[in-house]
Amino acid sequence: MTTIETAEPAPAESDDHASGSGTDARPHHRTVEVQPPKWLSSTDHKIIGQLFLIGGLLGLLATVAVNVIIGIERVDGSDVTFDNSISQMFDAQRVGLVFGAALPLALALCIALVPLQLGARAIAFPRLASIGFWLWFGGLVLNIVALASDGGTLGESADMVDLFIASLGLMAVGAVAAAMSIGTTVLTTRAPGMTMRRVPFFSWSALITSIALVLVMPVFTGTLVYLFLDHRNGRTGFGGNAGFATWAGWLFTQPATYIFAIPAIGVFAELLPANFRKRTPARGVMIFGLALVGVAALGGVTQQNVARLPWSGSELNLDHFGNKFDDLVPFTAFNVLPLLGMFVVLLMALVLIKPEKGVRPNITGALPFALFGTGMIAVGMAGTVLYAIDDLALQGTVFEEGILVYVVYGAALAIMGGVVWWAPKLWGFAPATAKVVPIALLGVLAIVLATFPQYIAGFLDQPAGWVYTNDDLSIWNILVLVGHGLMALTVLAFIGLLAGARRSRDRDEAIGDDPWDAQTLEWTTTSPAPGDNFVDVPLVHSAEPLLDLKASINTAANSASRDGSPA
Amino acid sequence: MYALPAGPTPAPQRQTLIGSAFAAMAMIMLAGGMLAVWLLQRDTTLAAGDTWIPKGVGVPEVPANVMLIAFVGVCVFAQWAVWSAKRNDRDHTVFALGITILTALLIVNAQAYIYHEMDMGIADGTYQVMFYAITGMFLGMMIVGILFSLVTAFRFTGGRTGDREIVAAHAIYWYTTAAVFTALWFVVYVTK
Repeated sequence: MTTIETAEPAPAESDDHASGSGTDARPHHRTVEVQPPKWLSSTDHKIIGQLFLIGGLLGLLATVAVNVIIGIERVDGSDVTFDNSISQMFDAQRVGLVFGAALPLALALCIALVPLQLGARAIAFPRLASIGFWLWFGGLVLNIVALASDGGTLGESADMVDLFIASLGLMAVGAVAAAMSIGTTVLTTRAPGMTMRRVPFFSWSALITSIALVLVMPVFTGTLVYLFLDHRNGRTGFGGNAGFATWAGWLFTQPATYIFAIPAIGVFAELLPANFRKRTPARGVMIFGLALVGVAALGGVTQQNVARLPWSGSELNLDHFGNKFDDLVPFTAFNVLPLLGMFVVLLMALVLIKPEKGVRPNITGALPFALFGTGMIAVGMAGTVLYAIDDLALQGTVFEEGILVYVVYGAALAIMGGVVWWAPKLWGFAPATAKVVPIALLGVLAIVLATFPQYIAGFLDQPAGWVYTNDDLSIWNILVLVGHGLMALTVLAFIGLLAGARRSRDRDEAIGDDPWDAQTLEWTTTSPAPGDNFVDVPLVHSAEPLLDLKASINTAANSASRDGSPA
Repeated sequence: MYALPAGPTPAPQRQTLIGSAFAAMAMIMLAGGMLAVWLLQRDTTLAAGDTWIPKGVGVPEVPANVMLIAFVGVCVFAQWAVWSAKRNDRDHTVFALGITILTALLIVNAQAYIYHEMDMGIADGTYQVMFYAITGMFLGMMIVGILFSLVTAFRFTGGRTGDREIVAAHAIYWYTTAAVFTALWFVVYVTK
């Protein structure tokens, strides 16, 4: 709190003066208490999550704008308007997609929702989560300053290159702080009776992501320390500016980026049973699928840009025993296993959407977002498998950029679905399904246009970067540009949707505590959730505690109607 | 609002312990990643026929060995604090924490002595940059550890003797730092 003393001049004419009794010419002092906004230092996990969400949506919008500019540059493949800043554009694209959009959006939902799902009154280490946000935000601002001032991987201002590296370190440390808070929450603040097998799928995905972040981000930070000191002291032991891509570029490529997509897949897994009104059979299989995607974390630990598959002609090239372990094992672990995990999740989805007699699905607007988003991530993962096969000669082409955009845009789309689903708990309103579905459709169209043509252009050997000589490639780049433009529209429409729903909340009647007829604990508290989430810490007997309660209410009502007594 | 039956008051869930386990995981990954890059750069330099340690630079082994031995003491003293805290023995807990801090300061002093003995500028070469980066990371861990010990000691001195979890978390921190230094000692001071 800051106290400001203000001086107010005494009234020029007063009754006292008029009566000739004299006047006090000294100014009157009034103390005004100026308090910083509550959200600035809030330890309420819902507010910290919303800060991450706002930052993530703005970061996504800014990154899409950068992609549009790059798209414009690429349309004819020769003339470049931003010739002296094209490397900063590509840096902004990579950093924006990973640190500006995917990371904050993933953390936003995890921080805002996980304690609610677990029946906890607060997040573990709330100040750590808050520090995580401000470190991330400070790092992002400094990163933008560095890129705008000729920094970045190929920047010419040495100080700004240093600032670029340091800002990435800040964001990475912020991510670790937030991840430690989330992981500890899942492991220690569960409601009585909620065993790990009963933890909701989204919270499971949050735990996997937090562990992956704690494993990977310190490795990235350690590398940044070397790069910073090396560059700061004018050495070239790590290749100078250009060495950044060699030593730290792995975090901006696949499979490391899957880490940020795991909560998005978790949203999809969470929505399936609720929308199809079923209890999930063999929950362990779904959790196994999510964890398998988390194996991607190992990709970061090994600091590899790509785990290559030696393919010669039509067969696997295993010249000697060593190749099997040197090439095939990393390829399988980092490229195939995450895709396998995704298949497991999709397989479970098929089990859950299978029609069942007497069960009428309750499809909400959030599901198309999550379904399309997860689908896009899956296509990105499949692309990574192809990208690693040497003989396809996709490395060094725009194919890799297509994969990254698939994964990040797909994750963003699914997270938007999560925001729609949990909006009642965060703000007390629910966007209308009729308005949500068109935005989801626009989003999936945008992603397909922004990425699939890059897959095709990759097969047609369009090099990464902005210059190409083959005029036939122009059409694919135009489609990519249109896709990014539509993605910008999608994000804007989504922000407008939330703003519109918030305005209409005041005139509409209350949304209710369980508007989607859901299954998990967060829907037992009021909408929006109060500051300490729950009046009483609920007791849990299954993975779907709300279904248990509804079933017992129905049973009581049926028996009461049979008896003829009031229910 | 659905009224699920209220559960019993949640039992203490060892939040500080789990949090320190996460921190330990992060520390091991940070040190492991940096040591891996160190070994890679060393191998690349040697494979190119160059020397890894610059001419005229000697790596003092005695203070490094003393640091390793001192870490055994740090771990014993940290565990002593846990043992005493379990028995509500405030005096011994604070005493053990105090000795932990002193031994940690000894290690910091030994590291400073190594810097003094090696007498090399950070901008002199890649080895120097990496040496200061990796030992600087270790010194950062030491400073955080000393602050952790101080906070724990102040809490116990202030009468919060019921908070045994923080003493155990404090011990986990020092075990991890000891593990990190053991790896660093082997790679930087023994293998060189």
